[in-house]
Amino acid sequence: MLQVRNVSRVFGQKAAVDNISFDIDRPAFVGIIGRSGAGKSTFLRMMNRLTDASTGQIMVEGRDILALKGAAARAWQSNCAMIFQQFNLVPRMDVASNVLHGILNRRSTLQTLFNLWPRADILKALEILDRLGIAEQAPKRAEALSGGQQQRVAIARALMQDPRIILADEPIASLDPMNAQIVMDTLKRINVEDGRMVIANLHTLDTARRYCDRVIGMRDGRIVFDGTPEQLSTGVARDIYGADDSFNEAATSTSIPADTAPDRAWAERMLAN
Amino acid sequence: MVDIAFGPQGDKGPGPTNGRDAYLDLVRRRRMYGGILLVLFVALMASGFRLAESRNAGGFIDGLPQVFAFPSEVISEAWAKRAEVPGLIWAHVPSLIETINIAAVSTLAGGLAAMVLALLSTRGLSRWPRLTGVFRRMMDAFRAVPEIVIALVLIYLLGGGPVPAVIAIALHTSGALGKLFSEVAENADLKPVEGLTSVGATWGQKMWLGIIPQVAPNWISYALLRFEINVRASAILGFVGEGGIGHDLKLAMQWGQGRYDEVVAIFLLLFLTIVAIDRLSDRAREKLVRGR
Repeated sequence: MLQVRNVSRVFGQKAAVDNISFDIDRPAFVGIIGRSGAGKSTFLRMMNRLTDASTGQIMVEGRDILALKGAAARAWQSNCAMIFQQFNLVPRMDVASNVLHGILNRRSTLQTLFNLWPRADILKALEILDRLGIAEQAPKRAEALSGGQQQRVAIARALMQDPRIILADEPIASLDPMNAQIVMDTLKRINVEDGRMVIANLHTLDTARRYCDRVIGMRDGRIVFDGTPEQLSTGVARDIYGADDSFNEAATSTSIPADTAPDRAWAERMLAN
Repeated sequence: MVDIAFGPQGDKGPGPTNGRDAYLDLVRRRRMYGGILLVLFVALMASGFRLAESRNAGGFIDGLPQVFAFPSEVISEAWAKRAEVPGLIWAHVPSLIETINIAAVSTLAGGLAAMVLALLSTRGLSRWPRLTGVFRRMMDAFRAVPEIVIALVLIYLLGGGPVPAVIAIALHTSGALGKLFSEVAENADLKPVEGLTSVGATWGQKMWLGIIPQVAPNWISYALLRFEINVRASAILGFVGEGGIGHDLKLAMQWGQGRYDEVVAIFLLLFLTIVAIDRLSDRAREKLVRGR
């Protein structure tokens, strides 16, 4: 389904992505982990054609999407949705319009100019918002929503595109743990229920372990790990992040702990006063 | 750095006493530069005045009383016929409307052209990034040529009337507004544009949905300011045969004595209009930039 062949991206002298290759044969949930500057974002941006690759091929169903130009490249972009860390919505427009932006590729510039959307598409946008549990926000401006809600609007826009592949660039990096869980659960549901491939850059190991079918570890632009979440031991993680023995993933974990005893003790102490 | 400044050998580093002397030195130097500049300025002004005076036909000092003679003549005559002034004001309203129409149409046309030119000449937004320089120079050229020059050429080609005025003012407006619009667009947040790129939107769609909503309040505010300026420009173009209130003013002035009440009426009308537009656009701009 997806074959990445010797893809590189060079900025000046430095290779941000250095000759990476891998295959994905089914609509899996793939996580890419690695420290900042490892080339994760650059890779996703190349897949969406936001950034051009220096060399290599990305084959999707036998077609090299890196070679597409102009209208063909835009058609590919509409088939391969992208979700950003900072949501990248239009803040001054309402939520439903932001979702409708997902089908811009099918609409002419003139139709966009006069804000003409077919009734069927408006209904579909509202349906998607309902599915993601934010239907009541539809008429509000995007900037009025919380981060977690904005990210769900971004996911709704992605779903409006009806894409084969959804790319998510650090989708939960600017969210609190509760919203992070809602967003990741949503992405997983889309992956399982709709059979759409999801490729997500993640920066917490526990998220990668919990949601991914497959984890790819990158370091300095190269793939240094490619396996199942079970294989992702602390030792492997130290290799990926280039950390020493002092590395402790619990310290940076953003998951909500199952053990709530300390919270309860705190609550009781507060109530006792 | 740190260990020298705070080290035991205080004589080496810029200690507190050294720092004070150095600062006083700096102040003295600044004052000296300021004084030299002031002397230069006064000398240049004085020598320039002498030159201008010698080139002047009548001489500045001799002509000075006459500068006030004309207005006093106009005003005294208008005062004598003050009862007719309100009627004359009313009589000139149609030509005022023509002048305002010329200004409005040319602001609209020039503003629309400026939108496109501004986006095409803004780095990071342009449809053709290599051509930003070309579009910038184009705006410079539009801005550099005064309206009255374009209008005179167009009157020669197209004949008198409002159309040459509209074209002339619109051209100048597109250059002037384009530069201001482009400066606003430069500071626009690019995240929405990136989001729209990722769904496969065309350049026009990205600009319309990603940039225009962000910059609209500032752009409209600049366009209103330009509208005020264009009302004046349109009145001035009346002098060279574009119709409107400027044409009436020119006729009244040429007539000379006996028609000065009309001159005053037109001036009053123009003044009141500009004050009204100024107040209105001030309020609208305040609402646009701050209200939202």
